[in-house]
Amino acid sequence: MNFMNLIFFVMKQIGILGFQGAIVEHERQIKAIGHEPVIVKYPEQLEEIDGIILPGGESTTMGKILNRTGLMEPLRGKIQGGLPVWGTCAGMILLAKELVNDSVTHLGVMDIAVRRNAYGSQIDSFATKKVIPEIDSKEIELVFIRAPYITKVKEGVKVLCELDGHIVAAEEKNMLVTSFHPELTDNTAFLKYFVSRI
Amino acid sequence: MGNYELNKNLAQMLKGGVIMDVTNVEQAKIAEAAGACAVMALERVPSDIRKDGGVARMSDPQMIKAIKNAVSIPVMAKVRIGHFVEAQILEAIGIDYIDESEVLTPADDLYHVDKTAFKVPFVCGCRNLGEALRRIGEGASMIRTKGEAGTGNVVEAVRHMRQLNNDIHQVQAAPVEALMTIAKEMGAPYDLVKFVHENGKLPVVNFAAGGIATPADAALMMQLGCEGVFVGSGIFKSGDPAKRARAIVLATTYYNDPVKLAELSENLGEAMSGLEISKLENKYAERGW
Repeated sequence: MNFMNLIFFVMKQIGILGFQGAIVEHERQIKAIGHEPVIVKYPEQLEEIDGIILPGGESTTMGKILNRTGLMEPLRGKIQGGLPVWGTCAGMILLAKELVNDSVTHLGVMDIAVRRNAYGSQIDSFATKKVIPEIDSKEIELVFIRAPYITKVKEGVKVLCELDGHIVAAEEKNMLVTSFHPELTDNTAFLKYFVSRI
Repeated sequence: MGNYELNKNLAQMLKGGVIMDVTNVEQAKIAEAAGACAVMALERVPSDIRKDGGVARMSDPQMIKAIKNAVSIPVMAKVRIGHFVEAQILEAIGIDYIDESEVLTPADDLYHVDKTAFKVPFVCGCRNLGEALRRIGEGASMIRTKGEAGTGNVVEAVRHMRQLNNDIHQVQAAPVEALMTIAKEMGAPYDLVKFVHENGKLPVVNFAAGGIATPADAALMMQLGCEGVFVGSGIFKSGDPAKRARAIVLATTYYNDPVKLAELSENLGEAMSGLEISKLENKYAERGW
């Protein structure tokens, strides 16, 4: 870290939607790079955070709880108003405007079409390594667990990573999505990239 | 990252969630709509297995496949303890997780399944740390405390969870030179005992199971430190399964919020009728070692 970074380091409050799924893994990474995680379960917590991560888990579970707890509308409003958001796996599904194999969408704010469980059952889960130039010059391990991928993007969406012809990472304005789980590895490059956008 | 790591990772995605026993497509859809993070497909829920008696086996693959086609969440199914061929069959139909379960009649009274021989992940039951580490040593990528299935009585689930917590604290506090003796006494692999000593937790995700029947039961298990819950007979043997299922899902998320838990516990209709542990003919938790 150079001297200027040290002077200008500002600790940010990074929310993690705290209903279900890989919450502590994101929490651990956020702490590791010196920011403060906030486990978000109540609407008023949306006021205290600088950005929010929608973690991996079951998108249907999280979608139902968003609706039942009255968090869906305020969260959607915040994201539409510019709150930086990063959806990993299930989080990508929550953000998508279109789901190829599901009639119900959730937050529906990002101009992407997503296929759920696109690779099949658990036995089709896999990990691979790839360089994503926008994120890091070094290889990053990409872990796919019953993962979705993006089948289509509209104008304004930037594709960050493709794997075997399928889009697995993309961004649009304040929204970032990945099919894979950087929080399951020791590599914090993706999280740092997200924080740099806040 | 190897296959075992990926399987442990799937369990991490289930955390904070509720896994519900379902016996047909209709129940599976109710569970998914309620917000279950996975379903366990089986022919009879544990309380019926208890009532009917006889040998309980793996479910019909056709019924499991029908449930798999009906929902988008992960589908688990049970095999008898030690029945590696039932496990091979479930792997062949693309099940997401196998539960090597004491609720079914054991097929082998000496050995559990060698779970390292499979690509599909396994969850296994335990009553204490030694049992958990033996199963992890055999390749289980997720653990659940056994409780006493089909009773609607949470006391055994609590006992096993507290035992597990106590054992973990003991191992953590022990001096390094005591670890081999602990491994010997617990009958657990040394490297896993060492992991617990260094990290103060199991190397895999741990859910609670066996006797959870109300939102308060689910929250109790979460406050005791488990990472999610299995609910078997408690939902579909109750008066209003859909409503109870929704309430248990929210109680597992808001386990630390008594005001919310009070709301969730209101007007749920009849809970499943419970059984006294001392009056049981068969204690399922005693199956396996």
